[in-house]
Parts: sequence; structure tokens; C-alpha cells
Amino acid sequence: MIEAIGRRSVSAIESVGRFGHFLVDMVRGLRDVGTWARLVIVQMRRIGVDSLPVALFIAAFTGVVLALQASYTFTGAVPLYFVGTLVGKTMMLELGPVLTGLALAGRVGASMAAELGTMRVTEQVDALETLAYDPQSYLVLPRVLAATLMFPVIVAFAIAMGIVTGWLTSLALLDLSTPDFIKGLKLFYVFKDIWFGLLKSASFGFTIALVGCKVGLSTRGGAEGVGRSTTRAVVYSAILILVLDAFWAVILL
Amino acid sequence: MIEFKDLHKAFGTKQVLEGLSLKIRDSETMVIIGYSGTGKSVALKHIVGLLPPDAGDVIVDGQAVSTLDRDELTRLRQGIGYVFQFAALFDSMTVAENLELGLRRRGLSHEEIEERVREALALVDLSGTGEQMPAELSGGMRKRVGIARAIALRPRYILYDEPTTGLDPVTSAVIDRLMVRTREHLGVTGVVVTHDMRSAYTVGDRIAMLYEGRVRQVGSVEEIQRTEDPVVRQFIEGRAE
Repeated sequence: MIEAIGRRSVSAIESVGRFGHFLVDMVRGLRDVGTWARLVIVQMRRIGVDSLPVALFIAAFTGVVLALQASYTFTGAVPLYFVGTLVGKTMMLELGPVLTGLALAGRVGASMAAELGTMRVTEQVDALETLAYDPQSYLVLPRVLAATLMFPVIVAFAIAMGIVTGWLTSLALLDLSTPDFIKGLKLFYVFKDIWFGLLKSASFGFTIALVGCKVGLSTRGGAEGVGRSTTRAVVYSAILILVLDAFWAVILL
Repeated sequence: MIEFKDLHKAFGTKQVLEGLSLKIRDSETMVIIGYSGTGKSVALKHIVGLLPPDAGDVIVDGQAVSTLDRDELTRLRQGIGYVFQFAALFDSMTVAENLELGLRRRGLSHEEIEERVREALALVDLSGTGEQMPAELSGGMRKRVGIARAIALRPRYILYDEPTTGLDPVTSAVIDRLMVRTREHLGVTGVVVTHDMRSAYTVGDRIAMLYEGRVRQVGSVEEIQRTEDPVVRQFIEGRAE
């Protein structure tokens, strides 16, 4: 029993050490600007274009539900224009970044883990190294930088979509006028609402890409290993998003 | 010159290399033979620093590979071409892009890159396939593209990891001819890992047999063919007992 706990502890410490090494190597890879700079643009296009439809779809329905749930909760005791406040604040501070982050952990993180995992088990990563490329500069940095830069953009669109569908729902189903919705939206608005949500989403993008790349490049054992890595990347990313969400709330709110 | 010096490597509890020592002279083709799982490919990966040794080292042109920093390792790798067992072509790139990638890293001009790609594809009899994707090629063609990718770099050393495994006899002979042609054209030092004895006799100047993690016997093709070592004899004759 004690031996098993000891083994697990050592293994956990080793994993943290390996992850630290990975981060240091990634930072060192920044020197090779010629390799990663061109590929960042490619990855930004891939992450942005591929992820936007999913993010907008989720945000659209979230906006509808938020507006309806707000009016249901207020039950006449709270003025209806507070629907605008609740939709705006919730989309900007929490649901925009977190729901998009969780969805993209599946979309982007899984895809990175599968792609790099396949490259690892088919020796393409080794081939890259023998061609004198650093996998950190060629594979990891472009993905991590692109995700960090693109997630706030995607989340900004998602927030806007959520607010628009919340407003349309208020007009169509709640008998709330546009000026009232906007009044509610502006009521407790501060600029921090926006940058807090976008900062959070940048940290989610960084984490999802980093986990996807690390797990992908650590893949062993053929197709089954790639499957395991993909699942692992999604699970780890989802957990880390929720932890980061709480972390930013404690630090910044 | 490449020299394995008392190289040890284990994966978990499995000891793969247990004191491998072997010298590969300039301009020769050394074939490393041995049973599956005896560490032939593992030895090859140590030459380019893809695996770190547990003990011992590989010395390439006087440099101990495991002591090199990143920049030194990059420079070393620029002088070595590596042909992988399953070609390891980048499947998101065309054949030409696969060849261009390593050349771009060497800072060559666009015209020179195009010229080298054309020349390397011609050398492996694959002119005109530059725009095809690896998935559209047969196993033999993929291996030839893998060889072309290594040749295009004009390296001093080429390492072949089981170049004929999984191919039909005719395609294997084509690959063998290609390896011989590459040495004649470029004068490179070659290390070939294989268990295909016909291929070993065709391309090798010397043959080393790896057994239980170290070299059991090394000698010219004729010496290996005449060997009286029962382990080596059994292997080269392909006898079950």
C-alpha cells in the first residue's frame, strides 16, 4: 500500500518535471522566429475559421436561454430590463469564455492531440528532428501562440452573438423593448467585464493548445495510443479550464 | 567516421543495448543485421540524438552526440540523412514539399531547392510525382520518396532503417539498387539496418550482427558468408533451429 502510494507520488512528480521541461523547451524555441512566425498565421486561420461556427452556435442558444431564464427568475419582482444586464454580464464574464473554452477543448485540443499523436507514432516528429527542425518551434509554438491569440477573438464574437440572440429573444418572447434591453445592458457595465472575459479566454486558449501538444507529443503505442491521447487532452483541458476560471475569479474579481 | 562506444540503452526493465561498440569508416556502407527487437533501430536513433544513451556514447566526426547542445545537434543533423522504416513522410504535404522542408532549413535559394528536388526525384525514378500526396503512393514509392528526401540534403551520412521491410522482392531490389547508386553518386557513408540478407549482401561493404545488445560479429560480406559462428550462421541462413 505504502509502496503503491510512493510509486504514484514519484510518477506524479516526474510528470510535473516533464511538463516543466516541456515549457522550458517551448520558451527556448521562441528564438527560432524564422520557423514559427510563418506557421502561426496558418494555425490562426485554422483555429479561427474552424472554431467560429461551433462557438457561435453555442453562444446563440446560450443567449436565448439566458434571456428566458432571467425573465422566469425575475417573476415580476425585478424590472424586466434587468434581462439585458444579466445576459450581458453573464455572457461577458462567464458563459462566453467558459462554454466556448469547453467546446473548443473538444474541437481544438482533441484535434491537436490527434494530429501530433499520429505524427509521433508514425515517426514524422523524428523525421522533423532529423531534418534539423525543433518540434517545439515547428509544431508546438505556432499552435500555442495561435490559440492564445485567436481564442479572445472567437470569444468576442461568441459574446456578441449571445447578446444579440438574448436581445432578439427579449423582443420576440418577453415583450421587452430594445431601449429597455440596452438600458439593462449598460446598467452595471464596466470595461473590466470585457477584458476580464477576453483575458480568461486567452488563458484557456494557451492551456488547451499546450495540453493538446504535450499530450499529443507524448503519445505511445499506435492508433490506440492516439485515441487515448485525444481523450486525455480533452479531459485535462476541461478540468484546467474550470480551475483557471475559478483562479481568475479569485484573483481579479 | 561514426563510432558506437560501449552504448547501453534500456526501456523500463528491458535492456536493449548492452555495450554496443562498432566503428563505421568513412565512405563505406555498414549493414547492421540482427533479430527483431535486438536494438538495431535504437542504435541508429542514437547517431542523430533522437534517443539519449543510458551509458556510453556515439561519436560522429569526433563529437560525442549525447554531449551536444541544441545548436550543435542541429548542425550535426544537417549532415545526416535518415530514411525511416515506414518513410515517415509528412502526410499533409506533397512529395515536393516533403523534400523542400529540409532544404529550406539549410537556407538554400528557391531555385536551388527546386533544382535539388528535381534531381533527387529523378535519382529515385519518381520524376513528375512532386505534386502527389504521400497517401496516393504505393509502399515502395513512399520509401523511394523517403530516400529522395535524404539524398536531396546531400548529406555526408545516410542512415537507412529497414529500407526493404514489407516490400515485394522486385521493389526490394529496386531500393537496393538505389542505395548502391546513392553511394556511387554522392560518395556518402551509409548505415543500413535490415534483416533482409539479400539486401545486406547487395549494398554492404561490411556487415555487423547485433545479438543480445552488442556486436556478435563484424566483417566483410565474404567473411560473414563464410562465418562459423553458429548464431550468425543460423541468422544468415534463416534456419529455425
